[in-house]
Amino acid sequence: MVGKCSSAPPRVTLEDITKHFGPVVANDGVDFTLADAEIHALLGENGAGKTTLMNILYGLYRPDSGAIRVEGEIVQFDSPREAIAHGIGMVHQHFMLVPALTVLENVILGMRSKHEPLLDFGDFRRRVMDTARSYNLAVDVDARVSQLPVGVQQRVEILKALFRGARTLILDEPTAVLTPQEVDQFFDVLKGLREAGYSIVLITHKLHEVTALCDRVTVLRGGRVVGVERADNVTREQLARMMVGRDLPRSGERQEITPGAPVLEIEGIECLNARRLAALRGISLAVRRGEIVGIAGVDGNGQSELAEVIAGLRAPTAGQVRINGRDCTGATPRRCFDAGLGHIPQDRLGTGLVPELSVADNLVLQTHADSPFAQWGTLDRDAIAENAERQLEAFSIRAGSRDTATNTLSGGNQQKVILAREFSRHPDIMLAVQPTRGLDIAAAQFVHERLLAARAGNTGVLLISTELDEIMALSDRIAVIFEGRIVGVLDSATASRERVGLMMAGQDDDATARAAI
Amino acid sequence: MTDVPATMVTPSRVSQISRVVGQLAVAVVAALACGAVLILVAGANPVVGYVALFNGAFGSLNSIVEVLVKATPLLLAGLGIAIAFKSGYWNIGAEGQIFMGALAAVWVGLNAHGWPAYVAMPAIIGAGFLGGAVWGLIPGILRARIGASEIITTIMFNYIAFFVVNYFVTGPLVEADQFLPQTDPIAKSAELPRILRPTRLHAGIFIAMAATVALYWVMIRSTFGFRARVVGANEAAARYAGISVGWTWLVVSGVAGGLAGLAGMVEVAGVHQLLLEDISGGMGFTAIVVALLGWLHPVGVVIAAILFAALDVGADSMQRVIGVPVTLVYIIQALVVLFVLARSALEHDMFRRIWRRFRPE
Ligand SMILES: Nc1ncnc2c1ncn2[C@@H]1O[C@H](COP(=O)(O)OP(=O)(O)OP(=O)(O)O)[C@@H](O)[C@H]1O
Ligand SMILES: [Mg+2]
Repeated sequence: MVGKCSSAPPRVTLEDITKHFGPVVANDGVDFTLADAEIHALLGENGAGKTTLMNILYGLYRPDSGAIRVEGEIVQFDSPREAIAHGIGMVHQHFMLVPALTVLENVILGMRSKHEPLLDFGDFRRRVMDTARSYNLAVDVDARVSQLPVGVQQRVEILKALFRGARTLILDEPTAVLTPQEVDQFFDVLKGLREAGYSIVLITHKLHEVTALCDRVTVLRGGRVVGVERADNVTREQLARMMVGRDLPRSGERQEITPGAPVLEIEGIECLNARRLAALRGISLAVRRGEIVGIAGVDGNGQSELAEVIAGLRAPTAGQVRINGRDCTGATPRRCFDAGLGHIPQDRLGTGLVPELSVADNLVLQTHADSPFAQWGTLDRDAIAENAERQLEAFSIRAGSRDTATNTLSGGNQQKVILAREFSRHPDIMLAVQPTRGLDIAAAQFVHERLLAARAGNTGVLLISTELDEIMALSDRIAVIFEGRIVGVLDSATASRERVGLMMAGQDDDATARAAI
Repeated sequence: MTDVPATMVTPSRVSQISRVVGQLAVAVVAALACGAVLILVAGANPVVGYVALFNGAFGSLNSIVEVLVKATPLLLAGLGIAIAFKSGYWNIGAEGQIFMGALAAVWVGLNAHGWPAYVAMPAIIGAGFLGGAVWGLIPGILRARIGASEIITTIMFNYIAFFVVNYFVTGPLVEADQFLPQTDPIAKSAELPRILRPTRLHAGIFIAMAATVALYWVMIRSTFGFRARVVGANEAAARYAGISVGWTWLVVSGVAGGLAGLAGMVEVAGVHQLLLEDISGGMGFTAIVVALLGWLHPVGVVIAAILFAALDVGADSMQRVIGVPVTLVYIIQALVVLFVLARSALEHDMFRRIWRRFRPE
């Protein structure tokens, strides 16, 4: 399958690429080859330099040294435009689509029409639909992007790249935001592309994707290549060891804990979503101290709205929320925090962080006015700096320094900043939404341990995740959400994956579990 | 995951300031170079012209004082705009707030006859601040409570303020002679004292300096400034973190208005001793440019205010010496702005390419 032909040069070769950001060495003499018609996984810890390397190939960054060859020829890209002209397309994890435009408009944005200066929509439309059809990218070209689920938006991004003539696709953690069903469809698309001769770089933290889909894998650690392997030649354990540089410790044992008093009580919550449609239809739920309650469900069944209602970011139209016994229905986020809530939000760059501000500032986003970070309304920069050093250390956050702007951190390290901040506030109830999204395996395991430690420390945890594995591994009880309702609550000791999976799809009529917890 | 590339690591505070100053200096030099071409086209000698410009601004004690007198209101209003913009509150209304501050100040000043200075002066300063603050707060309330775009409301409020002042100086408050559209002089005790007679330097400069120090503390060191920065940078994150976005806007709209009001007040109590129909003369708009050129940083605003004041003051003497019209200086001022704005574009794309073409491999 690896279309390696001894005579023809590989599709893309990166030779001895080095890239510094100030004191940080993001790539350190990296060699990378991408053959024709192969899916090549790029693996590595958070901050290993994966995104940087691919941004260099895509013309967003210039390497300090090293060469890029496309089809054997040395090239130099000053902008993505030039990379696209050489058939290279990239889909970033934060999609770069214009939400207010339709799919068609997004795909052709910035392209020349046949009849400049007039836009020939008819012609574009035909060609876009042809492209979509030939690669099995099912999208409605007239739908508005803002109304599409993320999985479809991703297809639009791919369509956009293909329509611009990309023969090489770079996908940065494409599966992080997809549901398992969407992942399957997505893999079929990628396989089809491979068959049609496309080359694909897949950045991922999910090792099973490497073995299931990819031909070869390159592993980065600390900006250097630590290995290039055929995917059918390595086990996940080997890959994990290459990434982290040591064996992963077995995850910590779950202690038996008798749950205490309820810290989060939700009764009959109803609310509307952003489009003013019913998102939650009467959700009741309680989380007690020392237990982890997992909310399982396919993305878009009301999880985001539920989290927002609990965090005081969305007013419910009916029902009650109590945190630590205090009424927090429709309260301000401040009140919720004061009542003991910790919140790891779903959208880290949009909600959880202030990207322009330093890491140190982001670490005191809620507590900046409290002792020891401020006295008499004046910030104590030393205390804030000291706190930052402690958290960077405790969560092994890779940042140039504590004064680095947060948007220059790698995706996983940004997530760690939020985790560090929320855990360090020692909340009584931790609302964790997709807490390990974008984290490497070691970091994800670390977070799981922190959640278990919080549980052992008598904190209640409400874990909202679309990763069933994560829910199954951590939860004491699993509540399944479907179309804005809790369709069942299972004891995790007895719950089976199949059962939960069926309920997530809304296909479990066993009404006995329907009762509220 | 994804990481949309950002350009660079945040540098330390000191190097940040020096970078901003450096950029400004480059922009000024480039703008002067373009201006030189225009002067040549006009048939005059740019070197002579610029020497005259410089001497006009810094050549004598009197000219330096004039620069400071002009810079004082620009600085006051510019500081207010800086904190507003930093909080994502786009206050375009400094012009109107200057007018209302001046009106409130003159009203106190006209009624202060017989008051001792230690009453009259604080009263007129307070009135200036309050007049501007109230005028700034109304759009702030509209924004915070019903989401009305402050860009539009503050612009409208500029017009209203202008015509309100116009009404007062031609109607109820018109001077006793009823000759010019201006008021009678304010009480002597309410005037900001001259501090370097016979020059026009007045105590308003101390107010501006105090405001700079205060704003430095508020914006850089205070917890409120922290919240304001968060609100300005990412509203959603501010909400998430329990920061009241509306309250922040209310406060900055009032503070920004108050500072602009002080600018109007110093023109009344420090410069003219009365209220003229066109007392601001567009200072509220120049102050926006000053705030932006100063990178919304108090120290930067000081530098930009002095720069713009100096260009203004020097323009007259350049006109006198080489006979090019004062408007040329406005062109230079506009070019400074353009060059600062163009900087990022230049640094990133075009410049890099051109550099590449000429660089020996
Ligand atoms: N624009 C930038 N400015 C400064 N430092 C940067 C910038 N972009 C990346 N870095 C640094 O370079 C290193 C590599 O980052 P990169 O984003 O390539 O990591 P990654 O392998 O994609 O990690 P993740 O899995 O967390 O997304 C990190 O330490 C990061 O902080
Ligand atoms: Mg990355």
